[in-house]
Amino acid sequence: MPGLFGESFLDLIGLVLLFPLAGAIVNGLCGKKLSPSIVGFIGCATVGLAFLISILVFLDLLKLSPEHRLFEKEFFTWIGSGSFTAVAGLQVDPLSTVMILVVTGVGFLIHVYSIGYMHGDEGFYRYFTYLNLFTFSMLLLVLANNFLLMFIGWEGVGLCSYLLIGYWFEKKSASSAGKKAFIVNRIGDFGFILAILLIFVTFNTVDFTEVFHSAPKQLTTGSLVATVITLLLFLGATGKSAQIPLYTWLPDAMEGPTPVSALIHAATMVTAGVYMVVRCNVLFVMSPFSLTIVAVIGGATALFAATIGLAQNDIKRVLAYSTVSQIGYMFLACGVGAFVTGIFHLITHAFFKALLFLGSGSVIHALGGEQDMRKMGGLKKYLPTTYKTFLIGTLAIAGIPPFAGFFSKDEILLEAYTKGNLLFWGLGAFAALLTAFYMFRLLFMTFHGKSRMDKHVEEHVHESPMNMLLPLMILAFLSVVGGFLGFPAASAINNFLAPVVGGRGHIGMVNGGETHHVSQNLMFSMMGLSTGIAIVGIMLAYILYCKKPDLPAQIAGRFKFVYNILLNKYYVDEIYDATIVNPTIKSSFFLWRWIDVRIIDGFVNGVARFVELKSEVLRLFQTGFVRNYALSMLLGGIIIIICALFFL
Amino acid sequence: MEITVPPFDIKSIAPIILVTITGIVVLITDVFLKKLPKETLGYFSFLAVLITGVIISSQLGTTVYSFSNTFVVDDFSIFFNFIFLISTAIVILMSVTYLRQEGINYGEYYTLILFATVGMMLMAGGADLITIFLGLEIMSISLYVLAGFRRDRLDSNEASLKYFLLGAFSTCFLLYGIALLYGATGTTNINEIGTFITNNHAYSNPMIIMGTCLLIIGFGFKTASVPFHKWAPDVYQGAPTSVTAFMSAGPKAAAFAVFLRVFLVSLPGLETKWSVILWVMSVLTMTVGNVVAITQTNIKRMLAYSSIAHAGYVLMAIVTASSLGTASILFYLLVYVFMNLGAFAVIMVLGKKGKENLQIDDYSGLGYKHPVLAITMSIFMFSLAGIPPFAGFMGKFYIFSSAIKSGYIVLAIIGVINSVISVYYYLRVTVVMYMKQPVREFAPLSLSPFIILALIITIWGTIHLGIFPSRIIEFAQESVLLP
Repeated sequence: MPGLFGESFLDLIGLVLLFPLAGAIVNGLCGKKLSPSIVGFIGCATVGLAFLISILVFLDLLKLSPEHRLFEKEFFTWIGSGSFTAVAGLQVDPLSTVMILVVTGVGFLIHVYSIGYMHGDEGFYRYFTYLNLFTFSMLLLVLANNFLLMFIGWEGVGLCSYLLIGYWFEKKSASSAGKKAFIVNRIGDFGFILAILLIFVTFNTVDFTEVFHSAPKQLTTGSLVATVITLLLFLGATGKSAQIPLYTWLPDAMEGPTPVSALIHAATMVTAGVYMVVRCNVLFVMSPFSLTIVAVIGGATALFAATIGLAQNDIKRVLAYSTVSQIGYMFLACGVGAFVTGIFHLITHAFFKALLFLGSGSVIHALGGEQDMRKMGGLKKYLPTTYKTFLIGTLAIAGIPPFAGFFSKDEILLEAYTKGNLLFWGLGAFAALLTAFYMFRLLFMTFHGKSRMDKHVEEHVHESPMNMLLPLMILAFLSVVGGFLGFPAASAINNFLAPVVGGRGHIGMVNGGETHHVSQNLMFSMMGLSTGIAIVGIMLAYILYCKKPDLPAQIAGRFKFVYNILLNKYYVDEIYDATIVNPTIKSSFFLWRWIDVRIIDGFVNGVARFVELKSEVLRLFQTGFVRNYALSMLLGGIIIIICALFFL
Repeated sequence: MEITVPPFDIKSIAPIILVTITGIVVLITDVFLKKLPKETLGYFSFLAVLITGVIISSQLGTTVYSFSNTFVVDDFSIFFNFIFLISTAIVILMSVTYLRQEGINYGEYYTLILFATVGMMLMAGGADLITIFLGLEIMSISLYVLAGFRRDRLDSNEASLKYFLLGAFSTCFLLYGIALLYGATGTTNINEIGTFITNNHAYSNPMIIMGTCLLIIGFGFKTASVPFHKWAPDVYQGAPTSVTAFMSAGPKAAAFAVFLRVFLVSLPGLETKWSVILWVMSVLTMTVGNVVAITQTNIKRMLAYSSIAHAGYVLMAIVTASSLGTASILFYLLVYVFMNLGAFAVIMVLGKKGKENLQIDDYSGLGYKHPVLAITMSIFMFSLAGIPPFAGFMGKFYIFSSAIKSGYIVLAIIGVINSVISVYYYLRVTVVMYMKQPVREFAPLSLSPFIILALIITIWGTIHLGIFPSRIIEFAQESVLLP
């Protein structure tokens, strides 16, 4: 088949984008008239096909020798203006291939799951249109071969995220959450676009290959330009990936349908910031200061969000804060220069967090929309499959071997210790303890213990249909085996991604270990330690929520102050409201009522009235009589001739 | 005396011959096969136009003078021929249903459209003032008849008669101008006129200056430039809508084609004079067109004034007399074909026999009743107003930047101000569609596959040229006359 289409499947990379886009167009234009099953089929099939092609592309890429694994396909010159050119081109390399596999693979499962979850919703076609459009934008983001095209994808996913958070827009909270996500993201996007401008000014190009090629030659390590560019890029990343200080939108984003939370706000879009930082690793490495900032923000977010997660009662909000926390880990890894480890955690996180979200969706579905964990409990016997898969996901995120999360999280801690310092390790390790605790708190409150459900809810509890359970099982399987991608003794992912990060992978045992080796002893003792931390967290949760269910309330009573702070998320939203949001609204009211309406509109309306008056006057000359028209032609002609002969 | 037969090159006029024969075949078929549905003639003409387009693309990249240097095929004429054929093809698509609905379904309509196209092609390829005049008259006479095609309607007759009287009047100026130039230089060939003027430094020969002025009047009439524009609103309003659409696209482009060729090839020596005149005319045309459009309540009349204003922008680029300016004109005229014909197509979809819905207020609430149509109309209005990402923006952008690069900063500023004024009346249509309650029930739309195809083509052109202009811009830059 490759012979038909060109050299290899790499040439078909455009199709990966085209299928979801076509799905979005067909569903968007005709979805209203199609039956829901066809809409669902189109939505899933297009992403499924994109996934198949991604696999073929991946296999073709593997056939090439590692240093040649970079394929660029340029479609057309998008903008050409003076020295500025932007090409609509895609770039297939190990990093983008890994990302498209995750996006289309996990995306496909979530699309399938959505058919069951959104069954009977009025806007079924609208939902799948947005979801396909999101898949397209996300793929564009990771496949773009220049900053500008990437920015298009970046904005595209932001738009789809906004549309899907506010999917049930009749609900005030949903539409405000969408708005909040969009506005907070704008701040980050502003940084990103400034970074792109600065990159163009500095390198005179926005093409990835050219920028990364000339960066080491043109800039010195630690130079101001490199630092400013990378800090601005990172500002963009904090917005999209919900890091301090721009993380506040993500918990609110849980107003969207749960599969959306799984796809956009856990597995793919929110990790775009991590992808971007890894993509620009050449630039980040040139600024040690920026890297430190990345690590500090990442580590701090990991811990900060984990503490909030301790006290939340909404099942999806706990998961949201855990997402913020886990992405913090990824940035921590990037910040200490372990870019591959960051991507590794991104992948495993995509598996287990999608699993957890879909599992929570299954619970919410079963309970008819209930999200408060205080009104759950004892669901184990009602939802056996959901429980089993959820348990796997929880073990994975808690970092119990051999589940996926263990390997990636352990590696981050190891890197933080060896490449960073004890502080970074401490942040990560403590956050890991909290993670294990709050995740098992969630598990115990939901599935174990006595039922706290309302009577009529309990009567209707049912296990989800097969098309929802199947994705759960597949994701559970991936959460079990996914970690072996990066199994230290034969790290497949490290070798695969090494060319992208210029050999600055993690500290493998066998390959890529030219920089410095880590002794086996250290590695295994670290593994033991992090497993120990996780088990302590689980034990604590077990004692508090299974053995002595009264204890948490007592503790909360004893430490009321701390508990309230955590429950209210450190009052960050309130602080932002008081310091930024409200003053902005007030001043905009002033600008509107006074400056705009009185002064600017007054001026504009004055001009308009003047022009209108002139128009009325000029209109009088259009008499409708041919003789007048001919006369004006004649007069015009005479004036022209006289001027030309005597005055010019 | 020996008579030499000038060598002639059938190949170079093959497209013109093809369109002419199609027109004649349509006419004869219509007479002899009375039972044949008139629509068939429309499809046949459409097909012929497409084939002509294919033939013309095979001529790309050549410069061939033929018929004693009276006719030329070069990239410049080919670019214009594409513009003509595209507009003719779209207009035919738009007309098929419209004619039946209006009860004016006569076969000669297509013949006249095709003959007008022949005239335009002759104008674009004319290398001699006589050829140009011939083309101009073929086009004009067809248009006079077309304007009065709704024979039973008074306003249509009035349009036709006004157009004819004033057109005849302007033709006198044009012919007199040609005569003066011939008298001064001894030739009507536009290359030779240019050479004569340069060689003899005849820059201040009063006969040549006067000839130039008279040509400006003649061409100014055809392009509806102020102060020779007065016919346009009345004719545009009275003519059948499909004819109005046709007149605003192809013939206007043809007039600009000869404007450019004559002034840039024959009369570059007098640039100091005509550029000042055209500068003033450009400003007047833009301003009068845009300002008067504001108070119009009839949408066809509003588009007539808008078309006058757009002629002003094009004149601005002629003033620069630069290759960049010419390229921007070529691009702009193509863009204008798409967005303007699109707007007219929407108007036709909304009209019914006896109830044409031509008042802007008739569009109230369209956005709720027919959302797709309203979005379509909005796209064309946005594009005409020059708002990105639509083609109208790129068109204006290139014209204004050519003016700035040639140092006509004030002219460019006036152009931008005018552009802002124009936003008012274009957006008013959108505002009415979306922000006003419907004043009455909407009748079902007059949709047919053909007009839908026309709408798709025009929308595609309007969006595509706005986002991916570079290929067409390059083509336009290769097609300019100046080195």
